[in-house]
Amino acid sequence: MSDLDTFRTETRQWLEANCPPAMRTPPGEGEIVMSGSRMRFQSEDQRIWFERMRDKGWFAPDWPVEYGGGGLDGASTHVLETELSRLKCRPPQVNLGIWMIGPVLLEFGTPGQKQHFLPPTARGEMGWCQGFSEPNAGSDLASLKTAARIEGEEFVVTGSKIWTSGAQDADYMYALVRTATGGTKQQGISMVLIDMRAPGITVRPIDLISGKSHFCQVFFDDVRVPVTNLVGPLNEGWNVAKRLLQHERRAMSKFAELNMPGPNLVAVTQKFQGDAQGRIISPVLRDKVAALDMEAHVQRLTQQRIVEMAKARKDVFNVSATMKYQAAETEKKSMETMVAALGWQGLTWEDAGVAMDAREATKQWLASKALSIAGGSSEVQLNIIAKRVLGLPE
Amino acid sequence: MGILFDSDQELLADTAHGFFEEHAPVAALRKLRDTRDALGYQPEVWAQMVELGWTAIIFPEAHGGLAFGYKGLGAVMGQGGRTLAATPLFATVALGGGALMLGGSETQQAHWLPAIIAGEARFALALEEGLHHNPPGTALKAEAAGGGHVLTGEKHFVVDGSFADQLVVVARTSGTPGDVAGLTLFLVEAKASGITRSPVRMVDSRAAASIRFDGVRVGADAVIGKVGEGAALLDAVLDRARVCLAAEMLGSAEKLFETTVTYLKERVQFDVPIGSFQALQHRASQMFIALEMSRSAVLAALTAIDEGSPQLSLLASLAKAKMSDTLELVSNEAVQMHGGIGMTDELDVGLYLKRARVQQQLLGDASFHRARYAALRGY
Ligand SMILES: Cc1cc2nc3c(=O)[nH]c(=O)nc-3n(C[C@H](O)[C@H](O)[C@H](O)COP(=O)(O)OP(=O)(O)OC[C@H]3O[C@@H](n4cnc5c(N)ncnc54)[C@H](O)[C@@H]3O)c2cc1C
Repeated sequence: MSDLDTFRTETRQWLEANCPPAMRTPPGEGEIVMSGSRMRFQSEDQRIWFERMRDKGWFAPDWPVEYGGGGLDGASTHVLETELSRLKCRPPQVNLGIWMIGPVLLEFGTPGQKQHFLPPTARGEMGWCQGFSEPNAGSDLASLKTAARIEGEEFVVTGSKIWTSGAQDADYMYALVRTATGGTKQQGISMVLIDMRAPGITVRPIDLISGKSHFCQVFFDDVRVPVTNLVGPLNEGWNVAKRLLQHERRAMSKFAELNMPGPNLVAVTQKFQGDAQGRIISPVLRDKVAALDMEAHVQRLTQQRIVEMAKARKDVFNVSATMKYQAAETEKKSMETMVAALGWQGLTWEDAGVAMDAREATKQWLASKALSIAGGSSEVQLNIIAKRVLGLPE
Repeated sequence: MGILFDSDQELLADTAHGFFEEHAPVAALRKLRDTRDALGYQPEVWAQMVELGWTAIIFPEAHGGLAFGYKGLGAVMGQGGRTLAATPLFATVALGGGALMLGGSETQQAHWLPAIIAGEARFALALEEGLHHNPPGTALKAEAAGGGHVLTGEKHFVVDGSFADQLVVVARTSGTPGDVAGLTLFLVEAKASGITRSPVRMVDSRAAASIRFDGVRVGADAVIGKVGEGAALLDAVLDRARVCLAAEMLGSAEKLFETTVTYLKERVQFDVPIGSFQALQHRASQMFIALEMSRSAVLAALTAIDEGSPQLSLLASLAKAKMSDTLELVSNEAVQMHGGIGMTDELDVGLYLKRARVQQQLLGDASFHRARYAALRGY
């Protein structure tokens, strides 16, 4: 047996023994643990699963052990992810710090920053939010205006960020701020780490079409940030941000595989539109479900191919550029198909008589619309492929 | 084993790429069509392919094969797909050879596999009877008589059926059309008495045939596999062939896409290259995504054959369905994005479009394979 096979077997056994059965069911509304100092567990099983995975270092399986990670290589990380998904384990926690800023700090951070921020993040004790978008800077992110001027050993930040997921509960924000004007709009941007408890910060929650949400608008009124919290070079934060967005895209395309979305298209259509044997009765619906199931399948195979290519040191940029679009569009269509299959049951807002999975589906359907907007919209993904992969002219 | 090609398979693909570009470019297919070539392929090119060992790739060493696997054959098929190379490789090796390799007796294999490898026997699979791929719908009757069987019925759209030396005939030995049980595969000499072949010129300029069987007598040794239990064998043969076909389709789609992207960069309207229009850029990007997804499916399915994976049927249907949809998209967009010239026979795009629809229909179209995938997944 190869080392990888051994690792697979051991991981499978460990997960079987350590993932509580209740944590192998799709999470209900609000049942995802957003880790950080203000997190709350809703059940003992949630706490146990969280602590066991934390102690393995598997919140951040591919980070070095010295920073609280699991120290796994790419192939082993993929094995772990596959096994988690196979057993239908819920993610023990979710934290933007682990998916996005962590890898960036590993690459660009000072030794002090790594020491200060990574271990508590990897243990799920420090929650993060992402302060990039502004009311007038969305897809055109580089036009951002939130300003930071230097006064002695501090930045003084003024302005506003919007669509900030989890800003209410986060301990820190990694933010893009303008530290210089003149030159192109990409020049003069810096990335800074802002303590969300600092004086001068106001957080206003935003309701979404799917209901109450973790999304906020954040206002900065002369907020003071130590200059040691600058990530990468001053005024060259755009390059740091581009790296981070690559991690975001990767995370977004993995999102669909994480057993995050509660209801599953095949299971729900079988339950509500299937016969006793689980065969979907309408051939039209069956064809639709199969087409979407296939799209998810080819996406998983492509993910596998990317892992293999990376291992063989082949350039994965072109293939990877397809994943976010594929994942977002497939998930959105799956949710549409699911809600259509549920009929009226998929269209209630508050009705105790409606099955839990149907109600979940309604919320998920609405929430899924964000997949093709956030993290670089689908249109922006297509622009990137057209220009950077296919070399089509401006 | 990973799903990527290893360095040997890459090398084979490179060799095949150069070979087809030089010996079987699209112009060769055009010439076969324009001269109304009776054979429909270039025998000298086929002889060279035999020489290169491509007829031996999938077969065991015991019968003179290279035991190089379906990924190797897929690598060659993919390159053939790029130039629309018309050769007996698919029907003879993947279908005929596949049937004998998976279901043939020791004697049948010892006789026929070396003959296939040496390029001495060309095969065709006589399967389709209706308008769509539907193996259980087989009606062609095989009645037991004098220790052997007598075959009566008709087959249509038999790929390479007009020139094949040997036919693998799917026949019904019991039950009624629609039954999965009661199918049997027979190996029949194409010139046997009672067989009438009518060549059919297909839209893709290739040779197919309608074949009538009027009381064709075959001996007991003509049966491939077991009498009445042909369905499972046929499925196994078809799955491998579907994946090979999907590999060929991937090559066709890739080439057509490259041609289209090049045109987007060159063609100028409104004083700018048309490839600068975002409406076209986005559609090109969508094709690219579909192609990458299809490539993953094809590679995974080829790997599943070589690994003897229980997932093979599922992956074969996945690859054939996804590849069919992608090829339909790419071939239609290729015509549209070329504008008026895309409608002309002078451009190769039309040849790819016509071949695409035959490839899509062959051995089950996308909806056939979605239904099969759903059944295999239990819904
Ligand atoms: C649920 C959710 C969570 C989010 N979380 C965060 C977060 O935590 N932190 C954060 O900083 N931001 C977050 N965002 C913001 C997100 O990154 C932006 O919404 C996104 O960048 C799009 O910007 P916009 O909303 O201003 O839309 P716009 O940029 O105004 O886009 C409007 C439409 O125009 C299209 N468009 C724009 N430019 C082009 C172009 N060049 N070519 C073709 N079409 C174009 C877009 O695709 C879109 O369809 C989140 C958004 C959502 C919906």
